Amino acid sequence: MTTSATRRSEAGSAHAGPAVSLPPTDASDASAEPAAARPRRRPRWALLGLTPFALYALLFLAVPTFLALATGFFDGDGAFTLDNLTALTEPAVLGAFASSFWVSAVTAVAGAVVGALVCYALLAVRPDGLIRTFVDAASSVLAQFGGVMLAFAFIATIGIQGLVTVFLKDRLGLDLFADGVWLYQVPGLLLPYLYFQVPLMVITFMPAMEGLKRTWSEANATLGGTRFTYWIRIAMPILAPSFLGSLLLLFANAFSSYATAAALISQGAQIVPLQIRGALISETVLGRENLAGSLAIGMIVVMVVMMTAYSALQARTERWQR
Amino acid sequence: MNTRRMTALAIVALAATALTACSAGADTGAGSDVDAKTATSAEDFGGMDALVEAAKAEGQLNVIALPDTWANYGKIISAFEDKYDITVNSADPDVSSAEEITAAKNQQGQDTAPDVFDLGSAVALDNLDQFAPYQVANWDDIPEGSKEKTGLWVYDYTGLVSIGYDADAVPAPKSLDDLLGSEFAGKVALNGDPTQAGAAAAGVYLAALQSGGSADDIQPGVDFFQKLNQAGNFLPLDPTPATIASGETPVVIDWSYNNLAAATENEGQRNWKTTVLPGSAVGSYYNQAINVDAPHPAAARLWQEFIFSPEAQNLYLAAGAYPSTLAAMVEADTVDKKALDAVGEMPADLVQFTPEQTEQATSLLAEKWAAAIS
Amino acid sequence: MSAVRDSATPSKLTSRVILVVVAVVFAVPILSMVEFTLRAGIDGGHDLGHWAAILDPENSRKYRVLFQGIGNSVVLAAVTVLIVVVLLLPTMILVKLRFPKLQRVLEFVCIIPITVPAIVLVVGLAPVYSVVARLLGSAPWTLAFAYGITVLPYAYRAIAANLQSVDVGTLAEAARTLGAGWGTVLVRVLLPNLRRGVLTASVISVAVVLGEYTIASLLGRNTLQTSLVQVSKSDPFVAVAFALLALAFAFVLLFIIGRVGSIRRIRETP
Repeated sequence: MTTSATRRSEAGSAHAGPAVSLPPTDASDASAEPAAARPRRRPRWALLGLTPFALYALLFLAVPTFLALATGFFDGDGAFTLDNLTALTEPAVLGAFASSFWVSAVTAVAGAVVGALVCYALLAVRPDGLIRTFVDAASSVLAQFGGVMLAFAFIATIGIQGLVTVFLKDRLGLDLFADGVWLYQVPGLLLPYLYFQVPLMVITFMPAMEGLKRTWSEANATLGGTRFTYWIRIAMPILAPSFLGSLLLLFANAFSSYATAAALISQGAQIVPLQIRGALISETVLGRENLAGSLAIGMIVVMVVMMTAYSALQARTERWQR
Repeated sequence: MNTRRMTALAIVALAATALTACSAGADTGAGSDVDAKTATSAEDFGGMDALVEAAKAEGQLNVIALPDTWANYGKIISAFEDKYDITVNSADPDVSSAEEITAAKNQQGQDTAPDVFDLGSAVALDNLDQFAPYQVANWDDIPEGSKEKTGLWVYDYTGLVSIGYDADAVPAPKSLDDLLGSEFAGKVALNGDPTQAGAAAAGVYLAALQSGGSADDIQPGVDFFQKLNQAGNFLPLDPTPATIASGETPVVIDWSYNNLAAATENEGQRNWKTTVLPGSAVGSYYNQAINVDAPHPAAARLWQEFIFSPEAQNLYLAAGAYPSTLAAMVEADTVDKKALDAVGEMPADLVQFTPEQTEQATSLLAEKWAAAIS
Repeated sequence: MSAVRDSATPSKLTSRVILVVVAVVFAVPILSMVEFTLRAGIDGGHDLGHWAAILDPENSRKYRVLFQGIGNSVVLAAVTVLIVVVLLLPTMILVKLRFPKLQRVLEFVCIIPITVPAIVLVVGLAPVYSVVARLLGSAPWTLAFAYGITVLPYAYRAIAANLQSVDVGTLAEAARTLGAGWGTVLVRVLLPNLRRGVLTASVISVAVVLGEYTIASLLGRNTLQTSLVQVSKSDPFVAVAFALLALAFAFVLLFIIGRVGSIRRIRETP
């Protein structure tokens, strides 16, 4: 393991400059090998290999995102304006960002923890067995189950006339909604969101869990460690980068989730995607379509901040792996 | 290996160029009938039969935001399909009037773009450049104030704001203040958010008119809903056929034709009744318009003719909506008498907000609504 | 039963308890939907009336759009998976092998689609699609280009988690020194090691495509989800029944894909 690590760090230092500049790579490789023909061809081919994806991302991601965000800088008549951006500082909008952040963070963390637990449980199941395939398929399907149908599923379950609500009220005397109907306010979003967050976590985190090598647990046992020390000192540090990556994905997923919230909360716009809905589809308060662009800019800013924090954390957790 | 790669790239590049060249030629074939795009009446086609022929040649019609249960559009679409043998593609039944225009702009030049619109007045007046002028055969049957003079938009039908309720779950509300009672705790829903949906805004206007306000001052309406929310009776959930059927939204404030449709749909599931409160009634005509970039211009114009024909107008009436040619139909005796008796006469004191009043009301709502129901 | 149990694996009991509890909690909303579709009428009771209505030929006009939508969605899913395997996977491997500094960039690029809500992205996609429509027509399958972007975050994470534990550099170098061309390296050396990640990525891509509504609706294409919404406007019971059928259909499809992947793996393990 140490040899490959040093070799990788050597290769890393050879790429000390920006990956795109060719001469340094050429020079170091040429000095290492007399056959200069192959190294010189490799970087050029490699760059070409990036082009298809780059083109695709440019055309269908960069351009639409740019166009969509650009609408935030113009008003309805096409004149440049910063009004939409200043509108972001309105208390209603700031409150929406705060609510969105809160809901996303809570469901991301809760979803990540429960999802990781399920992955842990799946380690005891044969990887090619029926249970595993069942859980995989179910998680994939439920991870994308959202919108109107998910909302209705929860209305039918814990709505005022829901199966569980009525059951609790009749059989156990528990009134879920004694303090008001919370299902159709922001707190009511937590349960439906968890319904797709947990499966998403299972789907994205399981490959990392499976990457835990048997040799490590055997080494732990040989050196006299317990199950506790294995998990705390070996497995968790190894899994930390993937866990954080999945956590970030879950956060982003909840943050931009729109259809489910729209189906459950029809009055007011307490989270940012609902604000965007109000700006874009309103047929009574017209002329606010460009506000949607600036709201999207706000969302991207939040995500950039999260990504930076995540990168910093990643750098620390991956420290020992390089 | 390098040459193989180069050849592959060259082939791909060639193929791409060939595709572009080919498809650049095969442009929107449907737009070859230049006459249809600029026709302003059936005469421009050479008579009604020629219009029908041109529409049949196109074979398709794209409509948008027309749920089957909204003012009987399901039956109207089937009748049109059966009568003219033209396939109607009904997309996006859930979207608002503003989204209809957005869809038209997004899909401009594609053959999936909507051909015709059914819009609320605010959106219609704001997007006149998206419409094509057209005057239907029975243009004179439509009252003067109900149409734009060249036919850019024409009123097609209106309803009354009504209260639909599950008779087994709540007592019949006789006045607006009844809704503040304890039997309605957590039960009263509005069809949408008034700052977004026209039907919900109309509900607030009705509350205003019934609580001492007027078309120029809807603050009492907002106040009423604030009281409703504080009493714990206001349900911020969007009522849909599913929530009505499951009993989650036992009381719904919505257009009369929607509540009546809900009653028919839920026969055997829910005992759904509709009531229009005595006193001032609020209505709002919707507008028919033709997309100026319609991919099927002849079919779009034929649809317009069909909508204002007695056949479709009576179907509106059967759903509980008042068609715009009602007066003319009564005079010409082409009206469906049974439907008219079932729905009742149009109330004399029907209030329809003018564009200025609507603008004033919606800015008040934009300011005050969120705070009132939070 | 070995005396020293692998400390990495939980006991069968713990595993079963966790899985059963989670399964029950997640089954409840589905059961509520099923109960709703079985409701008989005002007087209570349950029967199969609403399910029978699906098969009623009188309603075939209403459901015509639904079957079209299902067909379109299946094609879309296939093309999207193709984009992921042919475009994303080689790029990720290339970046890991040759441009490790670009990994962060790639990760950021792959997470952007999830941060811009679809409802806003469509504003920008519409002009791009009007160009695409001129080149390739407005057939539903062209939507796969947008879907390929939408699944990027999920597919990236699934493949990345797998890539992290596979020493791609060593494998590639070993294969190269043994004389393999890059094509062989990719298909015969790296891909089998990344099968888990690729399979997971494909499975979740299919799920995303089958569950996506906003982009399809705003660009006017008919897919499974848009047709479901349409039907739900006229008959909520049948709509919920169809939603359940759609879930079941997706589940069966993914289960089959998963089994095929597992069986191939079992067969190839010595």
